[in-house]
Amino acid sequence: MKELKGLNYEEFFASGHRACAGCGEALAMRHIMKAAGPNTIVTQATGCMEVVSTPYPQSAWRVPWVHGAFENAAAIMSGIDASLKAQGKREGVNLIAIGGDGASFDIGFGALSGALERGHKFTYIATDNEAYMNTGVQRSGATFPFASTTTSPGGKKIHGKQEPKKPLPFIVAAHGIKYVASVTPANLLDLKKKVEKALATDHASFLHIYCVCPVGWHCKSDTAIELSKLAVQTRVFPLYEIEEGVLKFTQKVEKPKPVLEYLELQGRFKHLNEDEVQKIQDYVNARYDFLLSIEGKKAFDVLF
Amino acid sequence: MKTVIEASEAVALGVKLSRVKVCPMYPITPSTHIPERISDYIFDGEMDAQMIHVESEHSAASALIGAILAGSRSFTATSSNGFELMYEILPILSGMRLPAVMAVANRTVAAPINIWNDHSDSMSARDQGWIQLYVESSQECVDTIIQCYKIAEDKKVLLPTMMCLDGFSLSHVYENVDLPGQKKVDAFLPSFKIEDKLDVKNPKTFGPIGFPDTFMELKKQQQDSMSNALEVIKKANKDYAKEFGKSYGDGLIELFEMDDAEYAILALGTICGTAKAKARELRSKGKKVGVIRLRSFRPFPVESLKKATKNLKGLAVLDRHISLGAKGPVFTEINSDISETNVFGYIAGLGGRDVTLEHIESVFKDLETGKQSKEWLL
Repeated sequence: MKELKGLNYEEFFASGHRACAGCGEALAMRHIMKAAGPNTIVTQATGCMEVVSTPYPQSAWRVPWVHGAFENAAAIMSGIDASLKAQGKREGVNLIAIGGDGASFDIGFGALSGALERGHKFTYIATDNEAYMNTGVQRSGATFPFASTTTSPGGKKIHGKQEPKKPLPFIVAAHGIKYVASVTPANLLDLKKKVEKALATDHASFLHIYCVCPVGWHCKSDTAIELSKLAVQTRVFPLYEIEEGVLKFTQKVEKPKPVLEYLELQGRFKHLNEDEVQKIQDYVNARYDFLLSIEGKKAFDVLF
Repeated sequence: MKTVIEASEAVALGVKLSRVKVCPMYPITPSTHIPERISDYIFDGEMDAQMIHVESEHSAASALIGAILAGSRSFTATSSNGFELMYEILPILSGMRLPAVMAVANRTVAAPINIWNDHSDSMSARDQGWIQLYVESSQECVDTIIQCYKIAEDKKVLLPTMMCLDGFSLSHVYENVDLPGQKKVDAFLPSFKIEDKLDVKNPKTFGPIGFPDTFMELKKQQQDSMSNALEVIKKANKDYAKEFGKSYGDGLIELFEMDDAEYAILALGTICGTAKAKARELRSKGKKVGVIRLRSFRPFPVESLKKATKNLKGLAVLDRHISLGAKGPVFTEINSDISETNVFGYIAGLGGRDVTLEHIESVFKDLETGKQSKEWLL
């Protein structure tokens, strides 16, 4: 087995939690926490990870952790940041707010935006499995185009979600914060580096983490890593950093694989016809072209 | 120190005197003067605290969760629709047993949108696990904010507490206030300590999922703490009186001309001033009338009320809120607990409608004749 040097072998998101087999999000949790270490306080939005990790009186969390509601992880974190500051205890503590795509892209978007604007020093992590998985796979603003969900089914007339993904990382970057990055749980050293960079930022920072959901995506439970890699190789989920307003790729994909290779491993896309597969290919190409067009440029004003 | 100040400033000074450290605040009429004054103190360096300029009341209430769990005495204020936007977080704060304190400058809720006073914001949240104290004067505002922390943080209680003051008819009124000294307040209200908190040296999990096998026990604990709060509120009122010379009845209800009263009006907040004025006038004409001011709506002080009403021939309850499809909530609860007294219920002062001396006189007249002539004081 290849040794991954520099990874923390201590666990802060313990095993024994109740996540489904093959959950990409649980994998993300584990490695985020390995990178963050013990001097970390976590707030987490309502969602799969909150439910599977804290069935009272059990907890998978080996750091201080608080959950309040679905849309307020960033707001609770604002209170923690201010409270520690008021007591002169802010130094040396990592603050991480975590929400799924429903909590981050949709219902908690206002609270996230407010916390970013106020310049709290914290890292927001959006774990994106592209639907409301905890409530049974309903469409979110982050659902991939044409994906079938329980509220955007691949129907006889309408074939899945008809809209693009909300470009949350760019909206977040437009708040003028210094560090935004995308990451998958397939590249652990990249993940570790980005979590550390985010936590070292002197104001707010943001990570967008790609999380495979075998139950919601109708894919095999041993495909989380394979799909994470394919998402990057097909340019479906480009890996980049926006540092000081400048975008740079952390893994450039010169010769992308066709998106069909990615789509055909997932039941949520099985209703698609050739025309729709082509539309997705065009969509992915256009998004990547946009990233190329701003690569290396100061695309976002930095306010903090 | 005596000074003439607005009730909202009295609230803000109560917060400052309580050495509050975190204030997540979002402005809404008529509670706005409270965050404005607190901002003055913080931005002028007179108050050592963090103001969080949250983007909504929902986030104000949410930030209280984090601020308190991270170890700071915290405060917010709101009204009306802002209160309603917080609604989801109210039972989360109480369920997590966090001693938050909030001032509610009572205002009705839309629609139609209306900025004036009634109690429909806080009364609608009567089941959300917060202690609710209703005040009548600027003096009571500063005194009660300090008491609220004393009550909420008591280990027998550990429940969030809201102090409700009538929007405009109290929040914007200037009165003479005798301000307590900081040293005496510090002695009455020691610095904030919370046993279960977010601490990297002793990691704990807050806000886990509770399954059906534990949920009811946790709710019963909250109810038991509400019952404990009855004595704790009384004690806070008594101890405060000892130190500062100000008290409000037994802390739960305040009685006016009730010793030999045959008929009485029960109400909350500023209506009581009008009711007391009319009762005084009727007393001079030989009528045996009095006023009961309900200060604590949650917990509901059944024993104090039973004692106060046991010799009455008739009691009228003036609700500044109606549970549409049923009755005024205070009337409903009094009627179920004080069944031996003849009780009339009136809906009064909705959306800022004045409650006049004539209204009060007509209610006393109804009581005397034993026949309720109307339900709505229009």
